[in-house]
Amino acid sequence: MEPLALLSQSKVLVVTGKGGTGKTTVCGVIANLAAQCGLHVLVLQVGEGPSDGALARPSQLARLFGQEAAIGWEATALAWVPNGGRVEARLLQPDVALVEYLHLHGMRRLSRRLVSSGALDVVATAVPGMPDLLVLGKVKQVERAAAARRPGAPDLIVLDAPAAGHAVRFLQSPHGLLDAVAGGPVRSQAEEVVSMLSDPARCQVVMVTLPEETPVTETIETAYLIEDRVGAHLGPVIVNGRLPRLELAGSLTPEAVRAVADRSGVVLSGPQLADLCAAGRLRARRQEAQAEQVARLGQSLALPQLELPFCFNASLGPPELGTLTQSLAQGIAGLSLAAP
Amino acid sequence: MTEPRVIVCAGPGGVGKTTASAALALQGAQRGLHACVVTIDPARRLASTLGVDGLGNEPHLVSSVGGGGQLWALMLDTQGTFDQLVRRYATSPGQAEAILRNRIYRNIAGALSGAQEYMAVEKLYELQEDGRFELIVVDTPPAQHALDFLEAPGRLVRLLDNRVFRLLMAPTRAGAHVLGLGAQLLLRTVAKVAGGQVVSDTVEFFGNFEGMEEGFRARAERANALLRSPQTSFVLVCSPRADAVEEALQLVPRLQSVGAPVRTIIVNRSYPRFANAPEAPSAPPPLGDLVANLRQLGQVAASEDAEVARLASALPGAKLCRVPLLAQEPSDLSALAEVASYLG
Repeated sequence: MEPLALLSQSKVLVVTGKGGTGKTTVCGVIANLAAQCGLHVLVLQVGEGPSDGALARPSQLARLFGQEAAIGWEATALAWVPNGGRVEARLLQPDVALVEYLHLHGMRRLSRRLVSSGALDVVATAVPGMPDLLVLGKVKQVERAAAARRPGAPDLIVLDAPAAGHAVRFLQSPHGLLDAVAGGPVRSQAEEVVSMLSDPARCQVVMVTLPEETPVTETIETAYLIEDRVGAHLGPVIVNGRLPRLELAGSLTPEAVRAVADRSGVVLSGPQLADLCAAGRLRARRQEAQAEQVARLGQSLALPQLELPFCFNASLGPPELGTLTQSLAQGIAGLSLAAP
Repeated sequence: MTEPRVIVCAGPGGVGKTTASAALALQGAQRGLHACVVTIDPARRLASTLGVDGLGNEPHLVSSVGGGGQLWALMLDTQGTFDQLVRRYATSPGQAEAILRNRIYRNIAGALSGAQEYMAVEKLYELQEDGRFELIVVDTPPAQHALDFLEAPGRLVRLLDNRVFRLLMAPTRAGAHVLGLGAQLLLRTVAKVAGGQVVSDTVEFFGNFEGMEEGFRARAERANALLRSPQTSFVLVCSPRADAVEEALQLVPRLQSVGAPVRTIIVNRSYPRFANAPEAPSAPPPLGDLVANLRQLGQVAASEDAEVARLASALPGAKLCRVPLLAQEPSDLSALAEVASYLG
């Protein structure tokens, strides 16, 4: 299918995955591809700490786009495409979201007092899930603006959600509050967020995994929880870090390699021969282990898989972003068209 | 008996913190210590290796190692630990039951961010008092929450000290008429935002805690002191990838600012360095792929070295241990022993 068709199915893509699976990188890659398709994309990152912390260092997402910006509450532009597409990013922090919420609901005077007295801690304690709901409420507000095509509103929102274990709790928070809160604005906020999360035309969840045992196991478990407890529609699973396949089988004994080298006039020292074989065996074992996990994922989850290649660089920047974006586009092109 | 040594493992998510924690405890056992690892959320196969895949909030003997050493493990049960704490400090069984039944309490113990961290510290404190262990290794939730771990006991004390909290407790003591203006305003706001039911549940919940604050506070302060005592050291666990290193670097000044000394860095899953790459730009198929592979793995290893150097230079005094990428995830004791062999 066309990348644009997949990326236009929902206004919000919630991207989640176990820590270390490259969730933020995948958010950047999806956003970059959507921008290349001409969309205005907003990446929303969820800040877990208070708004004054963790902002000093340049963001990993910005670095992927070759920028050194720190991402905060106000939108930061990360990329422009000549066809009109662009990528912006914002960091959503619960405490800033609360102050904004109170301002919008005519409680401006109280908001500062609520935050400065530490009462927010008490409220968050008394109403668990409140910080998560505040963040999701903000996502919903942006989504409504996008759906109404308000000026400046994005075409696509990519939510860089908390890591897998926390994601279920995060996405479940409005359901929990519906049980706990009988009425008032929190209840209606929770209801509106639940209806956004459970409508595939408005929102779908993209899970990111590595082709390794523990991430695959957790992805399978989290997928069922997200379907059952959150009621959200699951989009394709992104398998990140797949080693590009080299045909190494049968060529891993020193004798076989030596014979090929001799025939083609390549001179190999003993240590070179040993390293070629050792590195080849490592690669072959890793390729095989990855293939097993990808197969297991496919058997356990009836979701399309999109693979992104392993980058032979520990630090990802614009060159890797380009490669990964192209791989994602090719992967989507290979999917058969399916209704959400 | 001498005070046990405590090692706290902190670091970003998905870098193998639980494995490193278990390997450190195993290493202690191999050196003849009675060592216990507190895991937070182990992967399934590691959990079954450690025998913590079932229920139970108590340490469990995994293996006796030669030389008198023992490896123990436990998986933290946040709710169970919290319930125990409430029972311990309740002034009567009735008070404990009232709290345990309270809907808000159930939410707090299960879902409050920081509850898990606080209960991990609580468990650590309990094991330290237990007397059976000479080394306790604690796994912590991922980096963004690692500061929560250090702050958890303090946060509870602050909550108990909070002016608003104290005001909320007042009504059940002497009737609602003594409720101050500030508290009334706050309650009205909360009621407006979250509904009146939440306010009455909250007031009831905090009211139920009456008489327990002192016990909680004293314990939180002792747990806090343990985290900052000389017998406790911190290990930063990381992978050699830029994003993980970046998260770890954010953690370093925070750990330093609360006086938590990082004495060891464990870098997990490093690609091995192959020093002898041949020059063979256009070799035929099997050889060509092998040469390409060697070049690609060499690129990763070199870029990983640069990331590790960045991390190491932020912690000049710390010992650096690198664990190579293993073919399989460590899931039995011999694989854990292999990891431990790289920990110096």
